[in-house]
Amino acid sequence: MVSQSLKQAFAGVVGNDNVMDAEADKHSYSYDAAVLDPVLPSLVVRPTTMEAMGKVVKLCNDNGLPITVRGAGTNLSGGTIPSKGGVVLLTNALDKILEINEEDMYAVVQTGAITAKFAAAVAAKGLFYPPDPGSQAASTLGGNVAENAGGLRGLKYGVTKDYVMGVNFFDVEGNYCKSGSRTVKCVTGLNIPQLMVGSEGTLAVMSEFILKLIPPPQASKAMMAIFPDVMTASRTVSAIIANKVVPCTLEFMDNFTIGAVEGYAKVGLPTDAGSLLLIEVDGHPAQVAEEAEKVENICKQNGCTRLQVAKDAAERNKVWEARRAALSSLARLRPTTVLEDATVPRSKIPAMMESLNKIAKDYKLTIGTFGHAGDGNLHPTILCDRRDKEEFHRVEKGVDAIFQAALDLGGTLSGEHGIGLAKSKYMELETNKASVLYSKRIKAAADPKNILNPGKILGE
Amino acid sequence: MADLNQMIKMLGELDDQLVNCMRCGMCQSVCPLFAETGRESDVARGKIALLEFLGHEMIQDAKAVKDRLDKCLLCGSCAAACPSGVKAVDIFLKARAIVTAYVGLSPVKKAIFRGMLSKPKLFNNLLALGTKFQGFFTSPVNDIIGSSCSKLLSPLLGDRHLLSLADKPLRSIGNLNTAPGKSGLKVAFFYGCVVDKMFTSVGEAILKVFKHHGVGVYMPIDQVCCGVPSLASGDMKSFEDLVRMNLKLFGKGDFDYIITPCGTCTSAFHHVWPLMGTGLSQAERDQIEMLAGKAMDINAFIADKLGVTEVEPSSDAKKVTIHDPCHLKKSLGVSGQVRTVLKANPNLNVVEMSGSDVCCGCGGSFNLQHYSVSTKIGKKKRDSIAATGAEIVAAGCPACMMQIADMMSQAGDRVAIKHPVELYAQTLG
Repeated sequence: MVSQSLKQAFAGVVGNDNVMDAEADKHSYSYDAAVLDPVLPSLVVRPTTMEAMGKVVKLCNDNGLPITVRGAGTNLSGGTIPSKGGVVLLTNALDKILEINEEDMYAVVQTGAITAKFAAAVAAKGLFYPPDPGSQAASTLGGNVAENAGGLRGLKYGVTKDYVMGVNFFDVEGNYCKSGSRTVKCVTGLNIPQLMVGSEGTLAVMSEFILKLIPPPQASKAMMAIFPDVMTASRTVSAIIANKVVPCTLEFMDNFTIGAVEGYAKVGLPTDAGSLLLIEVDGHPAQVAEEAEKVENICKQNGCTRLQVAKDAAERNKVWEARRAALSSLARLRPTTVLEDATVPRSKIPAMMESLNKIAKDYKLTIGTFGHAGDGNLHPTILCDRRDKEEFHRVEKGVDAIFQAALDLGGTLSGEHGIGLAKSKYMELETNKASVLYSKRIKAAADPKNILNPGKILGE
Repeated sequence: MADLNQMIKMLGELDDQLVNCMRCGMCQSVCPLFAETGRESDVARGKIALLEFLGHEMIQDAKAVKDRLDKCLLCGSCAAACPSGVKAVDIFLKARAIVTAYVGLSPVKKAIFRGMLSKPKLFNNLLALGTKFQGFFTSPVNDIIGSSCSKLLSPLLGDRHLLSLADKPLRSIGNLNTAPGKSGLKVAFFYGCVVDKMFTSVGEAILKVFKHHGVGVYMPIDQVCCGVPSLASGDMKSFEDLVRMNLKLFGKGDFDYIITPCGTCTSAFHHVWPLMGTGLSQAERDQIEMLAGKAMDINAFIADKLGVTEVEPSSDAKKVTIHDPCHLKKSLGVSGQVRTVLKANPNLNVVEMSGSDVCCGCGGSFNLQHYSVSTKIGKKKRDSIAATGAEIVAAGCPACMMQIADMMSQAGDRVAIKHPVELYAQTLG
């Protein structure tokens, strides 16, 4: 509980309107996009200036109040579910794009800036910010950095961590700290910007970022390749990479997902296809033409039964329509959608698909799988009804099995959603005791009172 | 009702719809209210979560949930963009009725909905009185828009720039019931409250269109409000009273279509009456279903049924830009037809504004309760309109026309606000 006088102290920093402690408001910030139980904070605070943000952090630390920083709350691993009785610190009022530097190709943004709006502002200046998480229309850059968000372009362009040049933040005492630089090269001191990436709000409260921008590709070509089964599609993925072609996107959809997309979005997919790949190559026009031809040949040699190359922007859009519709088509089938992001080395995709089929059978679950085949990042999506306790218990067991399978194949717990609350219990399975302890020691040094998003990543 | 258990039970019946929300938060990217406030309880995901928590007795304060539920434009942007297909507006309309029945209707709303809207004679007389005296209270501010402001009434109306009530309401024409002409079609004309009392020129333009194309018209002047304002305030009783009054006039269905100049009224017939009229008799529900099939927006009627087509604009054509009202585009899918109707006038040159289908911020009674944030949203719409350099803005919804008039007038813009049908009617002899 937060005392009346402490509440007044917060109001003194951010104004009365930006402190919420009504029952209904606290409930409004008790959840995020992960299918996990809600947890009530005792206060929600929305600073509108950086100075106020620092003061809020200090007030929390002085009073031993846990802080969970929240941007848009699109988090899929429970990273923005608050700690019981703690403070939710909203960043969405700190949403300015401070600078887009065309000469030196970087941008400076505040933590609450919306990803898609930022990418559009960058594009308007003729530059390119590649990370494109599925939630980009709503998600904030602060959240993207905290979770090290990925997206469809990960294979060729990397993920958020590849674009973070600098992070400014408040330490737990509310001191303003700077790290990184506007220069392409910078080896000053510890690599703190990369320590902050993926730290999920456990090490500091991030305020501004310096982000790398690149020139946009001049040309691109998209195609849809249909395969009789998962094996042929996965072999094709490996063959494309082995032939030294790195497409900007290489997306995969299983038979169940194809059926769901066709049932809902009616984009003309063959529902009897075992799987399909959506492929796009980009770059210099001559290179694009050459690589597209290569990819076409590789697809055909590996058992592709139909290949549709987009001739213009409208056809390209049609190719991507199917992919965009994947999650929504699945989400409409059952009330609850548990979207996971187990990731394996791409050569292990067929084995992972086999495991997923077995898990679906063993636990009597409906699983549709789509995702980023090119980087091995799959999204097995379990369709269920969280109100059915017996079914949801099977879902939880199935999720355990999915991560065990991914790790057995040399994979990882998370390709792009983060660990949060949902996967903290598996951390030692992927790393080991000593590694988790090392991380805990870093956190303890940065946050002696353990108030920064406690319980996330490393558990309680 | 006023019974907690009853409310919990009714919210439980909504649970199947609530649980479909996967909390992805994508509604944040399209909600015009959230864009201004950044508050979770202002966006669909937050409201749905609150309703679920209230239904599961995790929240005690139903009044607080009602307050947050009421703060919504009902524009439907969230539902249109929802990956899971959650019908947020349907949920909110039902939930407002459920929670309001428990918490109670505010005295002011009771006076408006039960005292006035449901008593059409009193409502009409009061407004007639208002028409007589409005000149004493207001002073004109913008002759192109036709707006005025009122220092005397500012405690009630704030700094709004208002349009005048018409000298004579549309209903003063009297009942109409004419046979089909060359079109072979007969329509019922549901003009709606604002066109009757303020934008009579829109009603006259529609009658001119019907006459020109040889469309038979059935226009009973005892018609009353479509009920959406009552429903939006959770007043199910007034809503059902109004539906019954209208069914008495239109329930026989001896016409091909029922035409309205208002996206909200059309979507009321088409979608809201069938969804909400569950307390009505089977015979009444059959009539509602019949009307749902016949309800059509005037723009869609002109383009799709009268077959009006586009022509080349003349060299001195005036620039017109189009605002797509939420209920017209997001609920009914009518937007291309509006463009066709405008392009049928050679004296107009259509220039698109950015975000033509972004809500203007009116939201019916939302504007009355939350004027400050309504204005913030409206100012963005004004900026989009002004950026086109158009002389005219067309909007197929009388409520949007009022809001846009207020915003443009306050900014000192000299841009006329017209219903598309008025601009089309100009081409007819």
